[in-house]
Parts: sequence; C-alpha cells; structure tokens
Amino acid sequence: MSNFFSYIVQGTAITVGVTLIALPFGLVLGLLMALVHTYGGKLLNRIAAAYSLLMRGVPPIVLLFILYFILSGKLINLSPFWAGSLSLGIVSSAYQMEILRGALLAVGGGQMVAARAIGMSRLQSIQYIILPQALRLAIPPWSNEASIVLKDSSLVYALGVPEILRRAQQLSATTQQPFLAYGIAALIYFVLVFATNRALDYLSERTKLPTHP
Amino acid sequence: MTNPILETRKLTKIYGQNIIFKNIDLKVNEGETIVIIGPSGTGKSTLLRCINLLTPHDGGQVFLDGAEITAKGHDEDQVRQHIGMVFQNFLLFNHLTALGNVMIGLTKVKKMPKEQARAKAMEELNRVGLADRADHYPGQLSGGQQQRVAIARALAMDPRVMLFDEPTSALDPELIGEVLGVMEKLARDHMTMLVVTHEMGFAREVADRIVFMEKGSIVEEGSPDDLFYHPKHERTREFLWKISELYGKKEKEKTGAA
Repeated sequence: MSNFFSYIVQGTAITVGVTLIALPFGLVLGLLMALVHTYGGKLLNRIAAAYSLLMRGVPPIVLLFILYFILSGKLINLSPFWAGSLSLGIVSSAYQMEILRGALLAVGGGQMVAARAIGMSRLQSIQYIILPQALRLAIPPWSNEASIVLKDSSLVYALGVPEILRRAQQLSATTQQPFLAYGIAALIYFVLVFATNRALDYLSERTKLPTHP
Repeated sequence: MTNPILETRKLTKIYGQNIIFKNIDLKVNEGETIVIIGPSGTGKSTLLRCINLLTPHDGGQVFLDGAEITAKGHDEDQVRQHIGMVFQNFLLFNHLTALGNVMIGLTKVKKMPKEQARAKAMEELNRVGLADRADHYPGQLSGGQQQRVAIARALAMDPRVMLFDEPTSALDPELIGEVLGVMEKLARDHMTMLVVTHEMGFAREVADRIVFMEKGSIVEEGSPDDLFYHPKHERTREFLWKISELYGKKEKEKTGAA
C-alpha cells in the first residue's frame, strides 16, 4: 500500500516539472506574441493573430502529438520529457498571449501617450509603464491558465512520460484497483491546482495597487 | 524683440476628409502664458498634441527654440523632453507613487542617478504643494492632487514650454482652484505656457495673450482686455457670452457690462 502510494507520488515530481517548464516557456512566448500583436506593424500583427487562431483552434492533444514528432524527430532530438513539456508550453503560449493582450489593452493608450510625452521611447514606455501594470492585471486570468496547464500536463502521458496519470494507469492495471489508483491521482492534481491558485491569489493581493488613503 | 520659444507656421491637421485645423500661426515667447479658448471640437487639443509630436501633422512646421522639430529625422523623444504636457485626464502612471511618477522621467529618460532624481522630484512635488503625498499612489489621491502631481512630473524634466490640455475639465468644481493656483504660480515664475482651457477667470487674470480658435482657425488673438471687452469679431463676443453664462454668473455680469 505504501509502495503503491509512493509510486504515484514520484510521478508528481514529473508532473510539476513538466508544468514548471511549460508555463514559463509559454509565458515568454505568449508575452512576445502579445507585444507583437499589440504594438507591432500590420504584418507582425497578422502573424501573431494567425498563430493564436491556429493554436487555439486545434485540440491540445493533437497539437501535442504534432509538436512532439517535430521536437523529437531527426532534426531536433529531445527526450519525451522535454519535447512534451515544450510542446505543452507552445500550446499554452497562444492562450497566455490572449490573456496578456487583453491586459495590455486594459492598461489603455493614455498611459503610453503620457510616457511618450515625458520623452520615453516606445520600448521604454512598454518596459517601465505598460508592462508593470499589464502584468498585474493579468495575474487572475493567468492563474486560471496555470491550473489548466497543470491539468493538461496529464496529456504528456500519451507521449510515454511517466507522470501521475501514467503511473496511476499502470497501477490500476497491475493491482486491479482502478478507484484507488485514479482516486489518488485525482487527489494529487486537486491539491496541486488548489495550492497554485491560492499562491497566485496571494500574489495578486500583494501586488494590488492601493486605492484608498 | 525676443525670439519665440515655440512657433507654429501654417500648421495643419487633416483626418481623412475632416480639416481639424488649418494654417495655424502661433508664437509663444519666453515667459509668456498663452491661453487658447474656443468651442469644443475646434482642434485645440489636437493642436497641442501636434506641437509635441504625439499626433502627426499634415502640413506646416513647428519650431522649438528656432529649430524645426517637425523636420525629417528630428529625434521626437528628445523633443518631448523639452515640451511638458499636462492632460485633461491626468494620466498618472498608476503603478507608481507620486514620487515615482515624478522620478521616472529623470531616472529613465535623463539617466539621472537615483538619489539626485529623488531630491529633484521632491523639489517639484513641493512646488505643487504635495511633498507630504510623495508616497501615495494615484488611486489614493484626489483628482486635483493627481493633476498637480502630473504638473510636477512634467516640470521635473525642466521643459522649455508647458502645454496644458484642459487641465481642469475632468475635475470636481471644488478641486479646480488648487490646480489653477499652481498654474498661476508657474505663470508668475515666468514659466512659458500654452494653455487650452474653458476657465475664463484664469484666462483673464493670468494670460498674457488669449487666442480664440474656432472651426480649425484662429479667429482672433489679443490681450485679455481686448478680447473680453473689445472683441473685434462677433463670434468671439458670442462665445465669451455663452461660456460665461455656463461657467458662472459673476463672469456674465462683468462681460455683460462691457
């Protein structure tokens, strides 16, 4: 029984690892795309919009298979763990892009005008004025995306990465106790998602700008 | 005769088919306070934005200290450092304290060392009477206080000229006075200012010259006395009458008596 439990728990490290690679990778890529979409020229804007449309229009698992076969093919040869994590990050980048784009728009054009008016360049305005405000606004919707990525990390199971779900399935097959195996898996996911959301709620609260004297 | 700090020559702005303003010739001399008045939608705000290159113009030229800033290849970011701007809706940086708002141009644009920037920013906050609110965020300040911080933010860059775009229009009536007070003090200290406003009291008391604009053109300009008491154009008289009626009985009596 204790063996049973620790076998699944070991998968937790892999699940957390996949998420900790996919989320930041998706954030960097998504932020880049959001900036290009909002402040880039017409061409860049279209490219970013097409990227978002395509990535969000296909089921994540299908994209995961396609990206996986690119990233662990002949040209680039990554391990299933890395290929799976980065693929998940790419899928997430399109969603994170939309979150950040909304946040950039919510900050409003006036802040950019005011920044330019004191002599800042566009890049400086984005760096010092727009982003610090946009990132604050993005935390609550980003928290939602973080829990989605955490849960979607179970998809890399299909690529043979021994994370929580894969281990649960193996145990279910060998011990004939599917309820116990999948129940433990579900519980671990729930705890992870719950903790992530609480941590981000706390961050959101801590970075909130004061409005009352 | 002094050279103008700011000059526009035949400045023109067109949006599609719409002429916003056309052939605007304006001179602002050192230490002068010029007030632009006129009905809404006359292009007054757009004129200010074209002057500091926030909005591209469609014709004519703008000169700052004799140099044409509308010339091709002129560094816009450099120009804007020398032209302060105060907006109708304040536009303070919401994620920065009052002090941070005033400091950021100094540290990031002028690359001033932090301590020196802090001292300079405190000085400017002091000038607008808000040194005690230095660590407050915009959300913790009243509209009038926010606008005064915005003025301090612009002043910190040591601009050659300050542009004010209806700085009191978004304020509750009881907060207008504190902002106008700061502006009056600046005028007395011979800051060069170009002010778009509907505050006729301010225009009459503080302006060296008033420019009446309508439908994208300058109808008339002159000293406050000339415009208020001896306007050359019927439209100027009508406008001043209307606005005085709107903005207070006291104004109306004075202009009415003229």
